[in-house]
Amino acid sequence: MFKFIVCMKQVPMVSELPWDSRTGRLQRELAEGMMNPACKHALEAALQLKHRHGGRITAITMGPPMAEEILREAVAMGADRGVLLTDPHMAGADTLVTSHTLARAIEKECPDFDLVFCGCHTSDSETAQVGPQLAEELGVAGVAYVEQLELNGRTVRMQRESDDFLETLEMDLPGVLTLTPHYYVPRYASLVGLQDAFEQVGVDLLSADDLKLSAKEIGIKASPTRILNVFSPVAGKTNITIKGSAKKVVDELFNRFGDQLSGAIGKDFKTHDHDEQINE
Amino acid sequence: MSNLKPSIWVYGDYRNYFQNRVTLQLLAHAKDLAPKIEADVCAVVFGYQVDEYVGEYIAHGAVKVYVVDDKSLTSYCTETHVNLMERLVCAHHPEIILVGATDFGRELSPRLAKRLRTGLTADCIGLNINDDGLLIQTAPAFGGNLLAETVTPVTKPQMATVRPGTFQELPHDYEAQGDILHIAMPPDLPRPKVRMINCKRLPQRRQRLEEAKIVVCGGRGMGSKVKFKKLFELAQLLDAEVGATRPVVYSKWIGHDALVGQAGKHINPQILFSFGTSGAIQHTAAIHDAELIIAVNKNPDATMMKMADVAIVADANQVCSALIRELKARIRE
Ligand SMILES: Cc1cc2nc3c(=O)[nH]c(=O)nc-3n(C[C@H](O)[C@H](O)[C@H](O)COP(=O)(O)OP(=O)(O)OC[C@H]3O[C@@H](n4cnc5c(N)ncnc54)[C@H](O)[C@@H]3O)c2cc1C
Ligand SMILES: Nc1ncnc2c1ncn2[C@@H]1O[C@H](COP(=O)(O)O)[C@@H](O)[C@H]1O
Repeated sequence: MFKFIVCMKQVPMVSELPWDSRTGRLQRELAEGMMNPACKHALEAALQLKHRHGGRITAITMGPPMAEEILREAVAMGADRGVLLTDPHMAGADTLVTSHTLARAIEKECPDFDLVFCGCHTSDSETAQVGPQLAEELGVAGVAYVEQLELNGRTVRMQRESDDFLETLEMDLPGVLTLTPHYYVPRYASLVGLQDAFEQVGVDLLSADDLKLSAKEIGIKASPTRILNVFSPVAGKTNITIKGSAKKVVDELFNRFGDQLSGAIGKDFKTHDHDEQINE
Repeated sequence: MSNLKPSIWVYGDYRNYFQNRVTLQLLAHAKDLAPKIEADVCAVVFGYQVDEYVGEYIAHGAVKVYVVDDKSLTSYCTETHVNLMERLVCAHHPEIILVGATDFGRELSPRLAKRLRTGLTADCIGLNINDDGLLIQTAPAFGGNLLAETVTPVTKPQMATVRPGTFQELPHDYEAQGDILHIAMPPDLPRPKVRMINCKRLPQRRQRLEEAKIVVCGGRGMGSKVKFKKLFELAQLLDAEVGATRPVVYSKWIGHDALVGQAGKHINPQILFSFGTSGAIQHTAAIHDAELIIAVNKNPDATMMKMADVAIVADANQVCSALIRELKARIRE
C-alpha cells in the first residue's frame, strides 16, 4: 500500500494582511486562516493517486494550534489522518528550519513513505523553498513545479513547464514533489465529511520533545536568516495631481503631455481640439 | 582561507533570453556591491560549449569565471548543478551567491542553501552591504504592504534570488579582461535521481509587454471583466499592450501572461497608464523603469498615486472612456 504525505500550511485568507500605518503593526488577528491554495492542489493530486492505486494519506502541518483546522479539512476531503507539529519553540522558523522540522516528523510518523506532496509555494510568502529543501533533508528524489503526474509501478512520471521549456521527468519512489495549481482541481469537502472530520477523526499533536528536537535546532533560534527591519515602502515623487470631471482631466492630460503621448505612439495629433472640428 | 580575497558569485543561468538577462543584471549589481567588501565578482557557468556565455559574462563585469564545460551538461539538470555548485563553493568559499529567480533558479537555490546549511532570501528587490559587511536583502513580506530587510549574519555564503528586471545590466565592454578557470567534470558526481525523458522548447512567446512603448495597466478598481475590456480599446488606439494586477488575473478578466509584477512581467515603457491599481509592492517592483506613470484612482492617497508622475483623481472607467473618445478625435492617421 502506498504511503502518501501532504505537507500543508495555513495562510491568511487575504494575501494582503491589514497593516496599521499609525502603529506600524500587522493586524494579524483580522486575518482568518485557510489552507494554502497550492497545498490544496497537492492534496488533490494525492487523493487521485490514492483513488487509482490505493494508499494512505497523512496530512502534516507545522503551525500554531489553530492550524489543526486545515488538517480536519484535509481529512474531510479524503486524507486518512492529520499530524500537527506545534510548539512555541518552533515559531519563527525560516525555510531551512521548517524543512528540517518537517523531515524529522515525517521520519518519525511515516519512515517508509513513498511520496511527499507539497504546494509549489505559499500565498503569503511565496518563497517556494520548503519543498526542494525537504527533498534534500530526506535525501530522496525531488521535483518542483510539477503540473501533472502518473504512477507506473514504483516510477513517477511528471510533466512541468520550466522557463519556457516543457519537461517530462521520471523518478523512482520515494520522492518529494511540489505541485502547481494548474492541472488538479481540488474537490469540495462535503458538510457531513467536515462534521465527521471534526467529531471523529483524531489529529495527532507532536511537540519538539516528541520529535527529540532540541530548542537549538528549531524555530527562530536555529534560523540562519534574521529580519533586521520591516517597513512600509513609501514612494515619494513630486507629482502633478489632476482632479475634476473625466473630460476635464483628459483635456488637461493632452495639454500637458500631448507631445510625449504622440511621440510614443508615433502618430501626430490634430492641433485643434475636436470641438472645432465639430463646428466645421 | 583568511588571505583569500572575498568574492561575490553570480550563477550563470543562460538557457533562454530572460534567464541570460537576469545573469547580466546580477553581474552589474554585484559589481556595485563588490568594492564595499573589496570582493571580486565571479560568474559560474555549467554547460556544453558555453564559451559564448563566458565571454559575455566577462564583458558584463565578471573578473573570474568558473566553467565546467562537458557534454553531459548539455541539458539543465537541477541535481547536477546543485552538486557542482556545492563542490565549487566548498573549494572557494564565496561570501555571497546571487541567483536569478527563474523557475530553474528557484529550484536550484533552496537545495544549494540546504546543502550549505545557510540562509536564502527569495525575490529580493534590493541588495546592499551594511557597515558590518553583511548583505542586506530587501524583499516583500507579509503580503503586499511591507518590505523586510534580512541578513544572514553567521552562516556563509549569504544567498539571495532576484527576479529578472530588478537590476540593470551594464553595456557590453569589449575591452574587459577576466580569468577563465576550466574545471573538469568530476567523475564521482552522484547520479541524478530524476531522469529527463523529454525537454522541448516551447514556441517563443513574443515579449509584448516587456517591449511595449506604452502599457495600459488595469487593477481591481476597473470593477468588472466587462469594464476591463475598455482597456483593450484604449490600448489599440495607443498601440499599447495591456497589463494587469494579480486580482485581475485571478478573476480571469485577462490571461496570466498579462500579469505585471514580481510574479509576472517586468515592464519598462515610455508611458504607463495605470487604472484602478493600489500600488502594492509586488506590482510596483516591476514598473520602476517606466519613464512616465499616469495613474487614475478614486483614492488620492493610494500608493500608486504617490509614485505616479501624474495622479488623476477620478473614476477609472470614465477616464478610460474619455481618453478613447479624445484619441479618436485627435489622432491624425
Ligand atoms: C507573494 C505575492 C506575490 C504577488 N505578486 C504580484 C504580482 O506579481 N503582481 C501584482 O499585481 N500583484 C501581486 N501580488 C498582489 C499584490 O500584493 C496586490 O494585492 C495587488 O497588486 C493589488 O491589485 P490591485 O491594485 O488591482 O487591487 P487593490 O489593491 O484592490 O486596489 C484597487 C485600487 O483601485 C481603486 N479604485 C477602486 N474603484 C475605483 C474606480 N472606480 N476608479 C478608480 N479607482 C478605483 C482603489 O482605490 C484601489 O486603490 C502579490 C502578492 C503576494 C503576497
Ligand atoms: N509550516 C509548514 N508546515 C507544513 N508544510 C509547509 C509549511 N511551510 C511550508 N510548507 C510546504 O511547503 C510549500 C511551499 O512553501 P513556501 O516555501 O513557504 O513557499 C507549501 O505549499 C507546503 O506544502
